[in-house]
Order: sequence, then C-alpha cells, then structure tokens
Amino acid sequence: MTQVETRSAAATAVAGPPTKKRRHLREAMTGWLFVLPFVVLLVAFLLLPMAYAFKLSLYRSTLIEGEHFAFLENYTQAFKDPLVREGVVRVIVFGLVQTPVMIGIALLAALLIDHATSRFSRFFRLAAFVPYAVPVVIGTLMWGFLYSENVGPFNSLLHIDFLSSDVVLASLGNVVTWQWAGYNMIVLYAALQGLPREVYESARIDGAGPAQIAWRIKTPMISSAIVLATLFTILGTLQFFTEPLILQPLNPGSITQHYTPNVYAFNQAFSFQQYNYSAAISFLLGAVVFVGSYIFLFATRKRSAL
Amino acid sequence: MNPRSERAGFVPHLVMGLMAVYFLLPFWWLLVAATKDNDGLFLSAPLWFSEFHLVGNLKTVFSQENGIYLVWLRNSALYALVSGAGATAVSALAGYAFAKLRFPGRTKLFALLLGLIMVPATALVLPTYLLMSQAGLVDSIWAVILPSLLNPFGVYLLRVYTHESLPDEMLEAARIDGAGELRVFTSVALPAMRPALVTVLLFSMVASWNNFFLPLVMLSDDHLFPLTVGLRTWYMSATLGNGGEALFNVIVTGALVAIVPLIAAFLLLQRYWRGGLTIGAVK
Repeated sequence: MTQVETRSAAATAVAGPPTKKRRHLREAMTGWLFVLPFVVLLVAFLLLPMAYAFKLSLYRSTLIEGEHFAFLENYTQAFKDPLVREGVVRVIVFGLVQTPVMIGIALLAALLIDHATSRFSRFFRLAAFVPYAVPVVIGTLMWGFLYSENVGPFNSLLHIDFLSSDVVLASLGNVVTWQWAGYNMIVLYAALQGLPREVYESARIDGAGPAQIAWRIKTPMISSAIVLATLFTILGTLQFFTEPLILQPLNPGSITQHYTPNVYAFNQAFSFQQYNYSAAISFLLGAVVFVGSYIFLFATRKRSAL
Repeated sequence: MNPRSERAGFVPHLVMGLMAVYFLLPFWWLLVAATKDNDGLFLSAPLWFSEFHLVGNLKTVFSQENGIYLVWLRNSALYALVSGAGATAVSALAGYAFAKLRFPGRTKLFALLLGLIMVPATALVLPTYLLMSQAGLVDSIWAVILPSLLNPFGVYLLRVYTHESLPDEMLEAARIDGAGELRVFTSVALPAMRPALVTVLLFSMVASWNNFFLPLVMLSDDHLFPLTVGLRTWYMSATLGNGGEALFNVIVTGALVAIVPLIAAFLLLQRYWRGGLTIGAVK
C-alpha cells in the first residue's frame, strides 16, 4: 500500500502534464487496438456486403451486353413484379395477423407467471421457453410432421389439410408462434418484474381483483416493452424465410418459389443466377427493415438509458 | 384467503396448463416418434408408443451414408464453439474499449454500431456469399465461421454491462500498480465482466448452432454441413422421394438427437439466458 502511494506520488512529482499526455496517447492506442478486430469484421461482413449489394443492384447482366450499369432498372422491375408484390403483401398480412396473436399469448403467459408463484408456474415458464432453444429448421420439421396427413395426430381428428393454400399461412404462423411466444413472454415478464410492487398493492387494497390489476394496471405500465416486442416481431416476419423454405417440398403448389420476398430473392440468386435482381430485392427489403427499426429506436431513445 | 381468490388461483393454472400442453406437445410427439420404425410411424397412434425401435433408429441415424450424421453433429459443435468463443473474444475487447477507454472516434464508432445493429442478417447473406466466393473462401469452414464472429449486439451488451459494473477506480488502481493495458484488461476487467461474457458466449453459440441460411448458401460439400442443413437434405429427399436413402424415422430420431444438447444446455444455464434477455429488454 505504502509502496503504491510512493510510486504514484513519484510519478506525478517527476512528470506532471507530459506523462499525462503520454498516458492519453497510450489509452487511445489501446482503445483502437481493442476495437480493431471488431471494426475489421464490421467492414468485411457488414459494410462491404451492404455496399456490394447496392452496387450489384444497380447493374444488369445480359448475354449480349455483358454486365452493364442499369441505374434503377432492377428496382423499377421489382416494384412492377407481381411476384414481388404478392410476397410483400403476404408477409405484411402475416405480420399484422400473426404478431398480435403471438404477442397476446406472450402477454397472457407473462401476466400469469407474474401473478402465480407456484411450482407449476415455474415449470410453465420453462415449458413455454423451451421451443425457443430449438433450431428453427428443426422446429419447422417437427411441425411439418405434425401437419402431415399420415404421421401427424391432428388430421384424423380435424380433417384439415394444414398445407393447402387456404390454411398454409396460418400453419406457418403457428410454427412461428410456437417458437417465439415463450421468448417474448420472458421479455415481457422481465418488464413486469421491474415494476414497483406498491402500485398494485394499493389497488388490491382498493378491492381490485387480479385480472383487473393485470389488465388495467400492469399491462399499461409495460406498454413500451409490448410495443418494442411487437415491432421486432413485425420486422422479423418481413424477413420470413426458413419456415416456408423447409415446408416447401411438402406442398410446392401452396408454398411457391416466390412465397415471401426473401424466398424469392434466394431463388432468383441460387436457382436462376439473377444476382443483380436478387440483390435489388434484398437491398430493398433490408432498407425497409433497417429504416423502420432505426426510426423506432430514435423515437424511443429518450426513454432508454442510452 | 377467501374462496374467491382461491378460485382465481385455479383458472390461471388451468390456462397455464393448456398452454403448456401446446408448447410441449411437439416434443412429446418427437420423443414417441423416435421410438418407432418407419411402419410404426405411419400405422400406429401418433401420440403413444408402439413397438420400441429407439436403439435401432439411433444406430441407423449414426450409420446412414457412412455416418454422415456424426460429421454434421461434429461440424455444428465446431462452428458453435469457434464462432461462439471468437465472437465473445472480439465483443469483449470492443465492449471494454467502448466502455472504459478514451480514444478518438469512440462516440462516432459506437453510434455507427448502434445504427447497424438493426441491419437484417438475411439481406447480407447473398452479397457476403458473392464476396467470399471472389476471395475463394466459399465451401470452407471459414465461410461459416468468419461472418459469425461479428456480433454487434454482443458488443453493445458488454459495453453496457462493463460501463455499469466495473468502477474506474479498479482500473486506475491496477494501472498505478504498473500493470499494462492488456494486463488491466485480462486480470481486472475480464473477471468483472464474467456474467455478461457467459451470456454473450451462450447466445452466440446457440445462434451459430441454429444457423441455417448462411451455411445453406455458403456450403455445397455435404461433409461441411452443420446439422440444420444436413437434416434438411434428408428431409427433402424423403418428402420428394427422389432417390434419397433417409426414411422419416431416421429424420425424426436425428432431430431428437440434435435438440437434446440444446435443451440440456438451456436447462443448466437458464440464469444466463434470462440475464441476456433482460438486458435486451431494458434496451
């Protein structure tokens, strides 16, 4: 202890401002060295691919002319393409229907585990969250089997073809709900746990029942967390890809090659080698998701710790 | 407690019970189905056991196509470990620097990170593939691992955690003791960051284990496939019936084997899962 004091005292006595400057320089150097790997990765796997996708989207490649600058032609084509429009409309409808259902289930589950503190509610919390730990590919495979006419348990009871074009979107929505409701439940539950208990203690004394407290007091108090979860879910559904791709072989007639914008972009690139057009679709979709979330983050920034 | 509040306790439990059935039913089905042979899968009641073939199924899963399932399992584990450890190391260095070191451009760089955190990964897969193929890196393990090392959210999370839980005085004391910056980081900062580091490690490992789009695009050699991509090829050939060897009972058992380690890890490390999600919620 004494040693330390002497040493630091000696350091200040000898140098003063110059060493301070050198220390700042050393700190700056260390700072840059420490963020360097991250910056390299950020450039290589985020900024560069983004710029490259944008560049690709401005070019076209034909047999006669080779690769040539086409400015916004790919984008105008995408806006006019009925297959793109179909996919976009589908993911929007999907997002608007599936999201409220799933967030509703997640909210109900979160309010229930916040209210009940039994051993069963702890078990339920785990049960609801476990599907999130399953890879999307495998979760979708499982539901693919459950939906199947011969192997699944539902068909003999309900006589519904879950993969026919009328219901397949709802069937896909169920896979997403099953997989993500528990995740959102935990997020909302964390928000509920952060609420001051006194508020609803006094409501209880005033004679409010648990259902009233849950709906009238707790739910409004975590509204920002609900909005956040809703927005992230909608942004996720715009990028809908894995689930339709996995279930496609079960019914290629109802899950088409252009089922969602991402599935379409994927097929354009890897089945038809239309990299430029595919890049335009991806870039457009990415831009919508990016701008949407950025506006939202800015709007809610005041309330957060940042 | 009056009778009314007791009844209010029953209804919530009933609702939770029904929801638990919904969430767990697919797992039950998978567990039961993995014990049946292909005929049993099609002919017996879906939700209950018939003849017990689990051992035979497991043997087939691991011996099918010269044991390629084991190769996929090993690949998944390798990608998850290397990507997870690498992403955590990179995020720890950057998160610590953003939280505790003053360097020119720090604020701007962090603002850039916040801005880019929301760029959807799916939009980047195609251009990344094309760039990697120009660099001659596609169809190699690096094509899957290198892009997975970038984890902006991990950097953000570690920056927030370090900022709040590591007092400047501790770093200052170590510096006065004559420790170099690297030493300060490894022996003072890292131990203090440990809970958040485990969370980031867990999340990046799971993200890598679950990854599908990136390896699907990057890899064509089936000996490099992770489980997700491999199982899909079996599933495709079984459903389309185009000459694939895999039968449904093999796929079902393969799916079960693939999720067991995840569920085990999830049950053992619950605390850290929740920790990560809670920090995410505060954001």
